[in-house]
Amino acid sequence: MQLPEKAEVVIIGGGVNGAGLAYSLANRGLSDVVILEKNYLTCGATGRCGAGIRQQWSTEANTRMAIESVKMFEGLSEELGHDIGLRQGGYLIIGHSDADAAQFKKNVAMQKSLGLGVSYLDPSEINGIVPILDAEGMGATCATWCPTDGHADPFHTTFAYAKAAERLGARIYRRTTVTGIDAPDGAVSKVRTDRGDIKARWVVNAAGCNSAEIAAMAGIDIPIKPYPKEIFATERLKPLFKPMVISFHDGIYFSQQEHGQVVGGISDPEAKPQWRAMPSLRFLKRMASTLTRYVPDFRHLKVLRQWTGFYDVTPDAQPILGEDEDVSGFMQCNGFSGHGFMISPSVTKALSEYILDGRASTLDMKALSKKRFVGELDREASVVG
Amino acid sequence: MSREGCGDGDRVIICRCEDVSRDEVIEAIEQGYDTIEELKRYLRIGMGTCQGRTCQRLVTQILREKTGRNIEEIGTTVTRPPANAVSLGALAAGGPTEEGGDEYATP
Repeated sequence: MQLPEKAEVVIIGGGVNGAGLAYSLANRGLSDVVILEKNYLTCGATGRCGAGIRQQWSTEANTRMAIESVKMFEGLSEELGHDIGLRQGGYLIIGHSDADAAQFKKNVAMQKSLGLGVSYLDPSEINGIVPILDAEGMGATCATWCPTDGHADPFHTTFAYAKAAERLGARIYRRTTVTGIDAPDGAVSKVRTDRGDIKARWVVNAAGCNSAEIAAMAGIDIPIKPYPKEIFATERLKPLFKPMVISFHDGIYFSQQEHGQVVGGISDPEAKPQWRAMPSLRFLKRMASTLTRYVPDFRHLKVLRQWTGFYDVTPDAQPILGEDEDVSGFMQCNGFSGHGFMISPSVTKALSEYILDGRASTLDMKALSKKRFVGELDREASVVG
Repeated sequence: MSREGCGDGDRVIICRCEDVSRDEVIEAIEQGYDTIEELKRYLRIGMGTCQGRTCQRLVTQILREKTGRNIEEIGTTVTRPPANAVSLGALAAGGPTEEGGDEYATP
């Protein structure tokens, strides 16, 4: 397939945000959109993620974005004509100290003020939500619970966006590698690839952990580092529990997915930013010893498969979004730091508003510009994995 | 994989773990999910208990028929550890557990 000579918007990266943005634009009538993906759709962070969708955040901005995203996820299967596998089984967040209890109470009050149905729980209430958990083994002092959180299938969400975008006229080129970006006089003009060049009015950098490299092609420096994150899937079980269970203290998250497998991961406190994708026994042992403390019965459960993905991490664990201040027409859509899938609906909606209307009415993207890294940072505290 | 021997309307199962039929594989290829890694992600082929040991050769054969690519070009999905399913109890203990001495045996 020959690449077109030019396009209004060229999106670099075929993950959920690239595909979602192509759909948002095409759905509002801007169909002259091209996605360039170096391998296949979902091959990066999207297809390796834990699939969780949560609204329980510590900052108001993130909570608003997440609430908006869940509303959009709820209508997405119907809107796109393809089941995205959304299951709202809730998120149960486990706390382990008095400090956690204080932070959780503060979070719940803020989240409730934004209209979110969420509650603070004592340890004795945990088994009412997930009977198989061992509150004592976890060392739980408290928990928070939001029943409308959940998960969706990252593959099918991305494929659904991509197919809908294509039906509306967008074009997707897989196995196409971007090799350069022309930005003379402070404005993007052309994207170069191993299959030819495309002139573009807008270039969107949605390349996940490759985003720093893509930005550098346009002479832009962004502070994104790749952190390898391991994750596993077990054999299938009959439906046993619906919520995603997470703990920021232990860095663990796990849920039972639609097909019955338990999927989960755990952070490694000694992790360094690097491109290392080899799965480790260290991870399996760490995950197994923590998970069997949370759910003792899981000692009989067998691991089928483990893999590695990468978080594209920024200094404050918040994404970089919006038009670059130094190169006009260059849109940043990266640095999601492990929560790119769950906020993709509101992110892609806001970016499409900016491109079509000249401003994003649903999201304050100024606060998410790369310029914030020169000053004091307000770090998101609720990051797991 | 031939349909001969199957009556009309029979559902030929390619992936037993995830219950995927030959017709579903062909339909997915026709929709553009035409590599082994994309078929895995679209249909979950190879994500079940057998981890692709049963189905992958059959899928490769269908891909070869439908796309004309040879087996070297089609390749395989990335093999994920562990080679055999291992219980969390064994991993947490750092080896086979007392109650399940056969944790590392081939299933």
